[in-house]
Amino acid sequence: MADNIIKVGMADLNYTRHPGILVTLGLGSCVGIALYDKKIKMIGLAHIMLPWSHQAKNNANKAKFADTGIMLLLQKMGEYGASVSNIVAKLAGGAQMFSFSGSSDMIRIGQRNVEATKAVLQQFRIPVISEDTGGSYGRTIEFYSEDGRLMIKTIGYGIKYI
Amino acid sequence: MDLSLLNSFHLDVLKEIGNIGAGNAATALAKLLNKKVEMKVPQIRIMGFSEVNEVLGGAETPVVGILLAVLGDISGYILFVLEQSAANTLVNILMSKKPDEEMEYNEITLSALKEIGNILTSSYLSALSALTGLTIKPDVPALAIDMAGAILSVPAIEFGKTTDTVLYIETEFIEGKDRVIGDFFLVPDTESYIRLLDTLGAMC
Repeated sequence: MADNIIKVGMADLNYTRHPGILVTLGLGSCVGIALYDKKIKMIGLAHIMLPWSHQAKNNANKAKFADTGIMLLLQKMGEYGASVSNIVAKLAGGAQMFSFSGSSDMIRIGQRNVEATKAVLQQFRIPVISEDTGGSYGRTIEFYSEDGRLMIKTIGYGIKYI
Repeated sequence: MDLSLLNSFHLDVLKEIGNIGAGNAATALAKLLNKKVEMKVPQIRIMGFSEVNEVLGGAETPVVGILLAVLGDISGYILFVLEQSAANTLVNILMSKKPDEEMEYNEITLSALKEIGNILTSSYLSALSALTGLTIKPDVPALAIDMAGAILSVPAIEFGKTTDTVLYIETEFIEGKDRVIGDFFLVPDTESYIRLLDTLGAMC
């Protein structure tokens, strides 16, 4: 793997500047939140698992939740010169991998992750310029600092850029 | 109790739980396949979420995942992950076709796979039930054919609500010398593995 590629695991986040690439593998119901400051070519990626930190008993890991994850990522990108007013967002993931007949709220976790992500981004007035969310399939994403394009790879649904 | 407080004795007991459950499931699978099925020594994987994606030979490996919620005196999930070629063989045998015939995923083959998941997880859980005297039942199976990482993340998310680590009791099934057929993951929630350890007298 080239040394400008940084992997972001589940419940994890990272950021980099040009020519860095941020990658997250096998997104299911989790959401990959890709933030791009085009002025300084800085990208940030959060791989969140759950929507709201206050709904969980353990919220020590901020990168696990949409709300605290976005806040932390913005703060870190800010420290390195990014400005919220220049940042745009792209989203991927939030699938429902298994369809259950039960009524568990696990069923809608992907959708709830996407909803929470959008609500939090709106609070910061960060526009979501494109997304590939929902469905019932996993996604691997690669986020390029060069131009902010987001590659989405799937099994059976091809590769696309958003 | 936090996962980090589990000592090596607790882990050995959990391994034995995996051994007994998966042993029973391996016997059921051997009967279905009419072939000898071996299993490896179970592994207790206690991982941070960032590592979950790397289990099973990489996050992007395409696999067949059959997920069942575990109900009764313990709760959590049981996930049976089949290599695609093994899924192919199993379905062909069940449908009286040649084992190496190319399988098409359709309503019939998918429901056959779910049924295989049902049979195997039931035998896993009934062995656990017999061992502990607890009532442990599988819920209706759900199936996904996709990236291993995306499939494994589903039980991990449930853990995410309460902890920052997840415990998988993993048992690998082997056919012949080294051909991996599939993996069993028992993912009990925090209260449930304590109850399991407690019932077996391992919590003093």
